[in-house]
Amino acid sequence: MIHFLISVFGSSNYWYIVFRSTAPILLVTLGAVISEQAGISNMALEGAMLWAALVGVIVSAATGSAWMGLAAGILASILVCVTLWYFALKLEANAVLVGVALNLVAHGGTVFVLYSLTGDKGISSSLASKTLPFIKIPLIQDIPWLGKIISGQNIVVYISIIAVVVLNLILNKYTIGRRIKATGANVEAARSAGINPDRVKLFALVIAGVLAGFAGCFLSMGYTSNFTSGIAAGRGYVANAAQVVAGGTAVGAIFAALIFGLTDALATFLQNVGMPPELIQALPYAVTILGFIVVTLSRDRREAARKRALFSGGAASGGAGDGGTAKKQAEGTGA
Amino acid sequence: MNALLEAVRLTKVYSNGTAANKRVDFSVRPGEIHGLVGENGAGKSTLMKVLYGEESPTTGSILLEGKPVSFSSSEDAIRAGIGMVHQHFMLVPSLSLAENLVLGKEPRRKGSRFFDLEKAVRITEELSARYNLKVHARARVVDVSVSMRQKLEILKTLYRGAHILILDEPTAVLTPQETDELFVELSELRKQGCTIIFISHKLGEVFRLCDRVSVMRDGRMIGTHDVGDVDSQTISNEMVGREVKLGVDKSPAQPGEAVLLARDLSFVDDFDIKMVDRVSFTLRRGEVLGVVGVDGNGQTELVQILAGLAKTLTGKVVVCGKDVTNASPGTIRKAGMAHVAEDRMTVGTALPASIMDNLIADRYAGKAFTGPGGFMRQDAMRQEARGIVERFDIRCSSELQSVGSLSGGNMQKVVVGREFTAEAELLVISQPTRGVDVGAIEFLHKRIIEMRDAGKAVLLVSSDLTEVMSLSDSLIVMSSGRIVAYFPDAAAVTDKELGLYMLGLKSQGEEEIRMVLHD
Repeated sequence: MIHFLISVFGSSNYWYIVFRSTAPILLVTLGAVISEQAGISNMALEGAMLWAALVGVIVSAATGSAWMGLAAGILASILVCVTLWYFALKLEANAVLVGVALNLVAHGGTVFVLYSLTGDKGISSSLASKTLPFIKIPLIQDIPWLGKIISGQNIVVYISIIAVVVLNLILNKYTIGRRIKATGANVEAARSAGINPDRVKLFALVIAGVLAGFAGCFLSMGYTSNFTSGIAAGRGYVANAAQVVAGGTAVGAIFAALIFGLTDALATFLQNVGMPPELIQALPYAVTILGFIVVTLSRDRREAARKRALFSGGAASGGAGDGGTAKKQAEGTGA
Repeated sequence: MNALLEAVRLTKVYSNGTAANKRVDFSVRPGEIHGLVGENGAGKSTLMKVLYGEESPTTGSILLEGKPVSFSSSEDAIRAGIGMVHQHFMLVPSLSLAENLVLGKEPRRKGSRFFDLEKAVRITEELSARYNLKVHARARVVDVSVSMRQKLEILKTLYRGAHILILDEPTAVLTPQETDELFVELSELRKQGCTIIFISHKLGEVFRLCDRVSVMRDGRMIGTHDVGDVDSQTISNEMVGREVKLGVDKSPAQPGEAVLLARDLSFVDDFDIKMVDRVSFTLRRGEVLGVVGVDGNGQTELVQILAGLAKTLTGKVVVCGKDVTNASPGTIRKAGMAHVAEDRMTVGTALPASIMDNLIADRYAGKAFTGPGGFMRQDAMRQEARGIVERFDIRCSSELQSVGSLSGGNMQKVVVGREFTAEAELLVISQPTRGVDVGAIEFLHKRIIEMRDAGKAVLLVSSDLTEVMSLSDSLIVMSSGRIVAYFPDAAAVTDKELGLYMLGLKSQGEEEIRMVLHD
């Protein structure tokens, strides 16, 4: 086993796949980050990816241009997110329920459209769809080992890294970022400062739509070269757990997505050593959820310890009986 | 002197029919600090919300410098130069103080959409220096003290051009030292031409700080005085003075062994404010222990901790000898506690469910109601429900009627009927007669005394002072999350005296308060 792992981690092929696997989850996690920062749980990311993946394939086949496909796919994804905004914020429906409903529509709807167009319910291989280009970076591609990893990736992989930088700018440097964070953290505070929370949330959801659109299109026009039913494979859901691991930051999203990407890539190799494929396929999801649990628990602990610390040191209140016990207890749990 | 801001015969009736302000006249002179006092529910907050444009008046008008104005939102009020510091801070904890200050009105780098943090910091520091309100512009809100957050809130209103400041109970969250500091700063603001409306429960503070004081009670303006012409006793009487509604017949208490030990309980809200601050007391069998205090001084949170609806950060809760610290409500009930919740609509009952379902909600799993195979025994359930409906005089067409269709008094009887038949040794009763008609009040009071005489221990929390005083055998007074007084004999204390403790004008020594531990 050890031998096997060393051989895996030493191979440039493994790391190439890590990048490839990380890109879509990274993009959609960024979408979840900006949604959550604005105060909405964006469950509809899964559906947004599905529609983007399908529309991208169809439009690229119809126009013969992968770029047109990408643009249309992103538009479809934005539309899903705006629908979520309309139902959740304008009609005041529960955002999670609307998200789940949109996902169910996407799961059935994409298959329906696919079948109507191709007569096939599973895969779009009869459509002459295009794939987004793979980029060979001059000079870098000649570096031994590393060149094979960094160069030759699909353009969306590079875009996902640029997206981290852009989202980081939006959240931390632009005025709108302050407003997004304010809206998500204390909507009353935002409103009292003259900010329109609905508009801020709409902006955040449109950005999330763009990100999920890139992710969806990559899956059907780069990661693979077809749309298959259920191609998003729960990434939109996992993104919501990953954004918690990311701690709500764009840079954190890299780490959260890497947890998924590393295990996802490893799973590809584990398949060769005879582990049951069902278990392997579940692995990246299980690991991400595990990360989510660990992060949440440790955050709750820290918060409780911090609050408890407010009471240690200060003189006991008039009616306090046994201050010593409380202090001991506070120290015991704090440690 | 001409008034700067005036409310004229202002009435506010909320859509649910509550008249929160009844023909209120209120006027503020330029350059004064005007105290507004009154108990919770007296209508102070509503009046301020109307002046700040958050609510529109039903009738009556607002005059600013003698001219009628109408605010459709708080933005209009802000534009007119009125700023408000809410009791719950309107801040974003994860952002820096400077970022919070400029939120919604951010400085940008020349010719770009980039946020200019340096300029925001500069603005904050300049304002901070000009008004002598010291803040750390670069620190995050979550990392600074409550008093600094409050200064930031004041600066925020000044940044937006306010010259009339409304401060809603600003000292409720401050230590005495911080309060002193705030008062110096507010006096300084007055010198610079600001007009301040200062809402408080604490009369001592009003007397130290304010030029004039207005008193509200039950939605009405009772009076406005120059602070120099009036003493705190007069104001206190105007605030809490009310007719005694009902007497309760009861024999002297015969306290037995301890049933509830609360030791060193604490709770912090989302804004790091100590709502319950190391509270300890003992409750004995056969005694009604009343908890009095102005609403919002930790009584609600204390009850939530006892009932398992909130977690204490320190200390322990022991019910009938069993440690139930931070246990689930189910476990606490099993240990012997019943709980009449403060809010019968959301916690006490399930409104759409039937009276019967509500009455058996805590006992349906018992053998009496669940037959073999897990099937519910309808006949036994109905019989139980009918029995309670009869005993507690719940006026309804049938026990299958939904609780939501009952009047407030009958709804409360459903809650009390369930809790008082739960065979608990300890009853935690919160606001038993809030919004209940007079007939039902008398009925409920009698049941409470019956439970005491049957040897149960009763903890009674109520903001109705007359009620607590007439039902309780002994009393504790809470102020700012702490127990500030213990009276072993409730009959030996007057409401005037209690008022002084409730309003923070007086506090007992540690030894006296420790007596509530009975150890």
